Amino acid sequence: MQNENHNNALEDQIAENLRRAFSERAEEKVPDRFLDLLQQLREQDSPLNDRPSHDS
Amino acid sequence: MTGLLMTAEKPVVDPRDEIVTHLGPMRAFALSLTRNGAEADDLVQESLVKAWKNIESFQVGTNMQAWLFTILRNTFYSLRRKRSREVADPDGIAAGQLSVKPAHDGRLQLSEFLEVFAQLPVEQREALALVGASGFSYEEAASMCGVAVGTIKSRANRGRARLVEMLHAGEDGYGDMTDRVTSAIVNAGAQGRLTA
Repeated sequence: MQNENHNNALEDQIAENLRRAFSERAEEKVPDRFLDLLQQLREQDSPLNDRPSHDS
Repeated sequence: MTGLLMTAEKPVVDPRDEIVTHLGPMRAFALSLTRNGAEADDLVQESLVKAWKNIESFQVGTNMQAWLFTILRNTFYSLRRKRSREVADPDGIAAGQLSVKPAHDGRLQLSEFLEVFAQLPVEQREALALVGASGFSYEEAASMCGVAVGTIKSRANRGRARLVEMLHAGEDGYGDMTDRVTSAIVNAGAQGRLTA
């Protein structure tokens, strides 16, 4: 059926675009703010971490 | 509970060390929910803090990405509820008119696709992002969203049908794109292929 093929092709394109849209963002270089945040979180709750009292 | 304490056997790996490897997919999922890059990254940021502080609720050996995505979507919806008390819900209003022409080569451009995708209701975007884009099973997606498997299936199917409809409305002819699409799918390793 012509129309059905047509729809299938469109659905294939949709599937492809979904994956592409997602992976494009997912594979982008992660902004530093997130790495910094994780680092901060780690420092906050690591009691063994012998940090100088506060900043200043 | 028998008190067999695994005393000295502190796990060598802190599960929190794994979080960093999921940042990319978290950003992508956040974007499909918010449709806005800056908002998406704020959402990721907030979710990371929650994940970090609630790491005990992560069961080692289970899928961390699913766990993180669940936190992220819960955060999204609670922010959204908070916000909708202030302004009218922007979703659903726009769900409509726009249709998109395929590029000259007959191939749907990513940017155009995203424009149309952004018009879907959030539940459909979410279902498609989880199942269609990230490769979660319907079962996984259902448990992440706290709904029945059938609900996820129908959301995803309605989303696809709506996309087809909107893309149809803007087309001149998709006649000869099939081969290109087929090879693209094959190249992509047809893992999460649609069953429509």
